[in-house]
Amino acid sequence: MTAVGQGAERGTPVLRMEGITKRFGSVTANEGISFSLYEGEVIALLGENGAGKTTLMNILFGQYSADEGVVEAFGQPLPAGAPRAALDAGVGMVHQHFTLADNLTVWENITLGTQGLAALSLRPARVKAKIRDLSKRFHLAVDPDARVGNLTVGERQRVEILKALYREARVLILDEPTAVLTPQETDALFATLREAIAMGLSIVFISHKLHEVMAIAHRVLVLRHGRLVAERQVAETHPQELASIMVGGDVGTPDVPAMPAGPALLTLSKASAGALRDADLTLFAGQITGIAGVSGNGQGALSDLISGVLALQSGRMEIAGKAPDKWDARRAIAHGIGRIPEDRHKTGTIADFDLTENAILETYQSDFARAGWMDWTKARQHTEHLIQTYDVRCPGPETRIRLLSGGNMQKLILGRVLEENPQIILANQPVRGLDIGAVNYVHSRLAAAREGGSAVLLISEDLDEIMKLSDTIHVMSEGRLSPAFARGAISASELGKWMAGQGFEDAS
Amino acid sequence: MRLEPISQPSLQRRLLPPAVAIAASFLIAALLAQIAGGNPFAVFGLIFKGALGSKFALLETLNRATPLIFTGLAVAVAFRAKLWNIGAEAQLYAGAVITVVLGTGALAWPAPVLLPTLAIGAALAGAVVLLVPALLKTRFGVDEVVTTLLFNFIFLLFVSYLLEGPLKDPMGMGWPKSSRLVPEARLPRIVEGLRLHWGFALALICAVSVWIIDRKTTLGFEMRAVGQNPEAARFAGIPVTAVILKTALLSGGLAALGGFSEVAGLKGSLTLDLSPGFGYTGIVVAMLALLNPIGVVAASLFVAMIFVGADSMSRAIGVPTYLADIMLASALLLMVLAILFTKFRVRRD
Repeated sequence: MTAVGQGAERGTPVLRMEGITKRFGSVTANEGISFSLYEGEVIALLGENGAGKTTLMNILFGQYSADEGVVEAFGQPLPAGAPRAALDAGVGMVHQHFTLADNLTVWENITLGTQGLAALSLRPARVKAKIRDLSKRFHLAVDPDARVGNLTVGERQRVEILKALYREARVLILDEPTAVLTPQETDALFATLREAIAMGLSIVFISHKLHEVMAIAHRVLVLRHGRLVAERQVAETHPQELASIMVGGDVGTPDVPAMPAGPALLTLSKASAGALRDADLTLFAGQITGIAGVSGNGQGALSDLISGVLALQSGRMEIAGKAPDKWDARRAIAHGIGRIPEDRHKTGTIADFDLTENAILETYQSDFARAGWMDWTKARQHTEHLIQTYDVRCPGPETRIRLLSGGNMQKLILGRVLEENPQIILANQPVRGLDIGAVNYVHSRLAAAREGGSAVLLISEDLDEIMKLSDTIHVMSEGRLSPAFARGAISASELGKWMAGQGFEDAS
Repeated sequence: MRLEPISQPSLQRRLLPPAVAIAASFLIAALLAQIAGGNPFAVFGLIFKGALGSKFALLETLNRATPLIFTGLAVAVAFRAKLWNIGAEAQLYAGAVITVVLGTGALAWPAPVLLPTLAIGAALAGAVVLLVPALLKTRFGVDEVVTTLLFNFIFLLFVSYLLEGPLKDPMGMGWPKSSRLVPEARLPRIVEGLRLHWGFALALICAVSVWIIDRKTTLGFEMRAVGQNPEAARFAGIPVTAVILKTALLSGGLAALGGFSEVAGLKGSLTLDLSPGFGYTGIVVAMLALLNPIGVVAASLFVAMIFVGADSMSRAIGVPTYLADIMLASALLLMVLAILFTKFRVRRD
C-alpha cells in the first residue's frame, strides 16, 4: 500500500491550526495542538477514542469555540464558533453521523442552506446537472432525485461528500468515514478521495484504522489524551509504530487457544423472529460463536430474540436445555444473558443518567433494591468498582454518561455485563467505533469470559475479528444462518461466498 | 450569535437564569401596571401586602396554593416520565365528585375512618380517569395530549349533568350545586380558629412523598429511565408499559386529591366553579418548578401569592387582576427560556 500522489510542496497552508486548547469542565479535550495542511495533501488524525480528534475537528469547523488558539483557512483567520465561516472559506465536513434530512431528495439535501429564503430562482435542472457532473468527476454514483431515506449508508456518505463539493469546498474533513462502510464501499471512497487530491483538494482524514491511514494519507498526526504526541510521514513509518504511539504501549493481540466445548447453554432450532428465518444455532459454554455477515441481514433480530425484546414467531429456543415459558428482557437478564448492545447510545445507556444509574440499569431490581427501595450507597460502590476494574476514564460515578467517549462508555457496559458472571454473553458489534486499545481490551475480556465458562455470541461485520476470536463461525445472510464451521475449517473467501448468500441456494 | 451546550452546569448556572426570569416577569408587570394607571411600587406593595401582609392574607395564600400543589405534582410526575397529562382538571373534578358521592351521608362513619376513605376513593377515581388515556397510549399509540385535554371538557359537562341531576342539592333552590358534606367528611383546620385546613398539610406530605419516590424507590428510577430513553429502558428489562400505567395512576391520583382537598377542606360542596383552572395552572406550576416536587411547593406558593395579592390590590386601586395572569404567563415563557440558558451558553462571534 502506498500513499497516493505526493503532498504538493508547501506554499501557504490551506488550513492551519495553532495552539488549540479546549476544555470541558475539568477535562481537557485538546491541549496546544498545532498543525498545517497543504494543498493536495491528505493528513490523517489518528488516535484512540476520546483522544480529542473529533473535538479538534469540531473546533476547526466552528461547532465549538476553542479556549485558546487560532484557526486559519487559506491564510485568513476563521472567526471562532462559526460553521458558516468555515463553509464559506471552503472547508467542508463529512460527519461520522450524517446530517441529512431523510424525507428530502438528494439534490434538495445538497442545496439545503445554500439558498436564501427569498431565492425563488433555484433551478432544479441546473442544480441536478451540476450534481451529476460532480458525481461523474469524483466517482460518486448517486441519483439526485432519490429520496435520502431510501439510500444505503454508503450512498448517504456520498451525498455528504457531494454536499461539500457542491459548495466548492477545497478542504474536506472526513470523520471516521469508513466506520459505516463495507470493504467495497471503502475502496470506492478511497478512489473518490484520490480523485479529489488529484484536483488539488486537501483532506483531513480522521480514523483509528491503521491500514486505511497507511493507504490514503501522506502525513499522520497522532493524538493521545488531547495532545499531539507524534507526527510522521507515512512513507517513513509503519503500522506497528503508529499503533504503539497511539495506545502508548505495545499492542498485544488476545490469545485465544482452543479449548473443549462445555454443555449447550442456548439452542435455537428452526427459529424465526422478525428478519430471522429458520435459524439453527447452539451456543456452548467456554466457546465463542461468531456470526459473520454484512449488518442488516437479521443480526438485529437474532440478538433481539435472545435479549428478550423480540418474540419467537416459530421454531424453538432452549436456554440450558429448557424452553422458557415466557421470554422478555428481564427474564433474559435473570437467565444470565449479558448484553453488549450494538447501539450504545440508543439501547445501551441513558444519556442523561449518571454512571451509577447506567451501571445498575439492568440489575437495580435484583441487586440494588430491597422491597422497592433503592440502595444508592451500594450502587455507587458497585460503580466505583466497575470504574476501577474496567478502567473507565471519567471524573466520577456521578458524571452523566453522555460526556464519556465511546470507548469508556463501552468499558462501563462491559463491566456491567461481566460483573454479573453471565452464562451467555451477547456481543453485537462490540468494538464498533472503538480504538485499538479499547478493541484489544474488549476482546481480551471476552476471551477471559469464555475461559471462565461463558458462552459468547459474537456478532460482527469485521471478518478478521470473527476469525481471530471464534471457536465456531456461522454466516448470516438475508435472515438465514449458515451451518457452523469450526475454527480454521473455513477460509475467508469461502465465508465471503456464504455472505453473498451462495451456500444457501445449494442447501435449499 | 449561537448557543453552545454546557457539559456540567454549575449551581449558579442552574439557579441564576430562573431567578432572572422571575425578576423579568415582575418588570413586565410593572410596565403594564404603569400603563393601567397604577404606580408599580404601589401595585407590588399591595400585591405583597394582600398576599402576605396579614395572618388572614397569608392563610388565604396557603389555601389557594393547596390545590396547585396537588395538580402541580400530578403534572410534574407525569411529565418526568414523558406522559403528557394535560387532564389534571378532569382528574381533580373526579376526586371532587367521589368526595361528594361518598361524603354527603352515604357513609355514616366517624371522621377518622371516613376521611381516609374519601381521600383514597378520590385518588382512585382520578387514577382511573388518567388510566384510560394511558392505556390508549400504550395499546394503540393514541396521543395522550389530545385525549387528556379533550376529556377535561367531557368531564366538566358530565359534572354539570351530575349537579343538575343525580347530585343536585334538593335544598339548593335550583342552583346546580351538590348537597353539603356531612360534618365527619370535612377536613378539620390545622389550628383551631385559623382558616387553614389539613388539605395543605396533605399537599406537603404528597410533595415529600413524590420526592422520595423519585429519588429513593425503584419506581422512581424506572419512571425517570422510561422518561429519558424508553428504548434503553425496554432493553434493560424495565417493564415500560407497566411503568407508564403506574405513572398515570400516581399522577391522576395526585390531581384528584386536590379535588378532595378543595371540597372537604374549603368548599363543603361541589359546584361547577370549584376549580378556576387549577388543572391547567398546575402545568404552569410544574414547569416553573422544573418538574421538581419540592419546587412545585415553592412555585404553587408563588403563583397563589400573585393571584391572592392581585385580587386585593385590584380592590384597593383598581388595576385589573388580569395583571396576575400576565405575570404568570410571562414568568412561564421566560422560565422556558431560562431553562435553555441553564443548559447552553451564548457565544457571540
